[in-house]
Amino acid sequence: MIKTKFKLVGTRPLRPDGVDKVTGRARFGADISAPGMLHALILRSPHAHARIKSIDTSRAEKLPGVKAVVTRDDFKLPEREDLVDICRNVMAREKALYDGHAVAAVAAVSKTVAREALKRIQVEYQVLPHVTDVDAAMKPRAPILHKGMRTIGAEPAAKKDSNVAQIHTFGHGDVVKGFAKADIIIERSFKTEATHQGYIEPHACLATYGADDRADLWCCTQGHYMVRNACAGLLGMEVSHLRVTASEIGGGFGGKTTVFIEPVALALSRKAGKPVKLVMSRDEVFRASGPTSSSSTDVKIGITKKGKITAAQAILRYQGGAFPGSPVQFGAMTGFAPYDLENVHTVGYDVVANRPKQAAYRAPGAPLAAFAIESVIDELAHKIGMDPLEFRLKNAAREGTKSSYGPTFGPIGLEATLKESKKHPHHLAPLGPNQGRGVACGFWFNFGGQTSVSLNIGEDGTVSVVEGNPDIGGSRASMCLMAAEELGVPYEKVRTVIADTASLGYNEVTDGSRVTFAVGMATIKAARQAIAIMCERAAKIWDIPAEAVVWEDGCAKPAGSNAGNFKPMTLAEIAGSAGSTGGPISGHSEATADGAGVSFATHMVDVEVDPDTGKVTVLRYTVFQDAGKAIHPAYVEGQFQGGAAQGVGWAINEEYIYGEDGRLQNPGFLDYRIPVASDLPMIDTVILEIPNPGHPYGVRGVGETSIVPPLAAIANAVSEAAGVRLTHLPMSPPRVLKAMMENGKGAA
Amino acid sequence: MVKVVLWGSLKKAAGGQTEVEVEAKNVREVLDRLKETYPKLSADIDRGVSVSIDGVIFRDAWFAPIKPESEVYLLPRLAGG
Repeated sequence: MIKTKFKLVGTRPLRPDGVDKVTGRARFGADISAPGMLHALILRSPHAHARIKSIDTSRAEKLPGVKAVVTRDDFKLPEREDLVDICRNVMAREKALYDGHAVAAVAAVSKTVAREALKRIQVEYQVLPHVTDVDAAMKPRAPILHKGMRTIGAEPAAKKDSNVAQIHTFGHGDVVKGFAKADIIIERSFKTEATHQGYIEPHACLATYGADDRADLWCCTQGHYMVRNACAGLLGMEVSHLRVTASEIGGGFGGKTTVFIEPVALALSRKAGKPVKLVMSRDEVFRASGPTSSSSTDVKIGITKKGKITAAQAILRYQGGAFPGSPVQFGAMTGFAPYDLENVHTVGYDVVANRPKQAAYRAPGAPLAAFAIESVIDELAHKIGMDPLEFRLKNAAREGTKSSYGPTFGPIGLEATLKESKKHPHHLAPLGPNQGRGVACGFWFNFGGQTSVSLNIGEDGTVSVVEGNPDIGGSRASMCLMAAEELGVPYEKVRTVIADTASLGYNEVTDGSRVTFAVGMATIKAARQAIAIMCERAAKIWDIPAEAVVWEDGCAKPAGSNAGNFKPMTLAEIAGSAGSTGGPISGHSEATADGAGVSFATHMVDVEVDPDTGKVTVLRYTVFQDAGKAIHPAYVEGQFQGGAAQGVGWAINEEYIYGEDGRLQNPGFLDYRIPVASDLPMIDTVILEIPNPGHPYGVRGVGETSIVPPLAAIANAVSEAAGVRLTHLPMSPPRVLKAMMENGKGAA
Repeated sequence: MVKVVLWGSLKKAAGGQTEVEVEAKNVREVLDRLKETYPKLSADIDRGVSVSIDGVIFRDAWFAPIKPESEVYLLPRLAGG
């Protein structure tokens, strides 16, 4: 049964990490040092694609102050299949597969010495032809990255090596018949360039490997248990011999859900016998962490004159960098999810190219698909003169709709976000010259996953919640609220801390919008277990059966007059006598959380396009999203706003630019332009609450859905303002101006 | 018997079918029966899959119960950011 009445949940108390962060006490990845610590640097490939014929480290090793050098020879390929590509990405083996691929690493007494040592490492490369564009990588004569890679899912079976790792297909019905019923069909092709999550804190870690083969690792990550398991696998360690502690995190957005430098630091520390600190530069973050895919997508949608979709199909091609695993399957699953479709078919091509291996970026794969599909949806609505919101409402997925990826939806909130959008003042506000308004819908899954929480009742009645997921979006505040709600104590009496991997059971990564849902559920269960124990203690003191005690307003009380006439005992009173009534009181939950509910959003944005320069200015932005239940509404709004802000950058400015030589041309924030405050209007938010039946409070994850609609919503707004359909992201001034001029608009 | 719908890419490995029936009462039994009946599905299943039961997606729940009338979809393993 879902709880609907709350005293604390839904309020906006101060964030528990606020003081630490504004006073500088918060400790991030690079903030930790150790006695005798060495500094490490990584030598990276200057070539996009090259065979590594030899690596000579002897001159570096002879340099005074150099304590360890590692190369591919220090990393044995792991038996675990899921770690093989990670191993190859962490340190290049036979070939360097992208500009920035790690080739060797040095640990020395100072960065200056380490830098000099890198210069002394001699790598003999045989430069090979490269390919960085997704469409070029799929061509028959494209340079092949991986000998022996055959396309999984190809029909007929692939007989030649290819850069297409896998083909995914989804859908139902008969799109041929559906298109035959259509009065209007629009087909368009779209491209998007790769972007980076743009987290401000670079990857950083401190590894301390002991002579007893036990090690400690401090690092900036979204999942320290994942780091522990990956590093242990790569270094041949037992997982319990490696303790990983997560630092505070200066942004992740999916980009810190794998390992890059951590195994290297551990290998250096093992070899040197000293602690090793390794911090990526910004250049390295761009060149050698995990940006998004770039993509190429064809969309075809047919409708009746009255605006009913009869058939929809999309072919999506995502390059995911040098190794298989782009999120194209999620694009193929999610792009049409907002619609109730009788006939739908999507095909996704997972393509490798000479770029860094992509990593997740909030709702991985979904924004690219939504950009293409929602652009065509918008164009169709305008074609028949229907309000784009009305068009979407007419075709919207609802409870009972067979989703585009198969399963039937339960209770969902898409219709609520569309209806709320229609009546919002933003929808009714007038537009000026060169201005346009765009809307778009977006969908993302949620999932739960393995989660451990320990909730400890202090002897003075305060409470500590111990969980194992780095707080990337306010989860400590949400856990405090849920624990306080259950226990009936003030929010300020609860403190939530993130445990290291040796101190708590396994926890999956902070990703998939899972933490408020899954860790929240575990916190509630742990609190309820502690309450049951406290009721038992009160029952012992009163000498009545435990079943005759209830927990209300932070107190144990007799269930009724039949149970006896006892003064209620507060949590603090029960905690104070815990030592005499049975010992410390705590509650636990260790489980795989299930029951996550999907999430929908609708975004509305106004832009102005400068007809002389093509520059796009975002004037107004409103996010409408279903949160199930907003535990801490300010953080929920922050997630909505953050997704929109990142979407603005993705849509208008951000892109990985590769030269003819296959090298990244803009690995820094000067040339890779993320939005700053002056680029953004105040982003309005409307929280809808359609409870998820799979959570005790109805929570749905909110961290990712908000990145799905912005690319399309902004493209639809820019297209209206510019008078021409924009099909290539980012819509940077040169690209917008070119599109306008080719269509007789804008500056002559 | 439980009807299991496979995502399109698995059709070939399942002998050209996207809907198959197996005798199972939970997720683990569904996966085991699929691998036994269609060995070519083993690689995909071992790489990791999600199972949707009546609209709710499970990633690691061997013992999630499945009723004969349940709607069951085999889907790629979900990941997030």
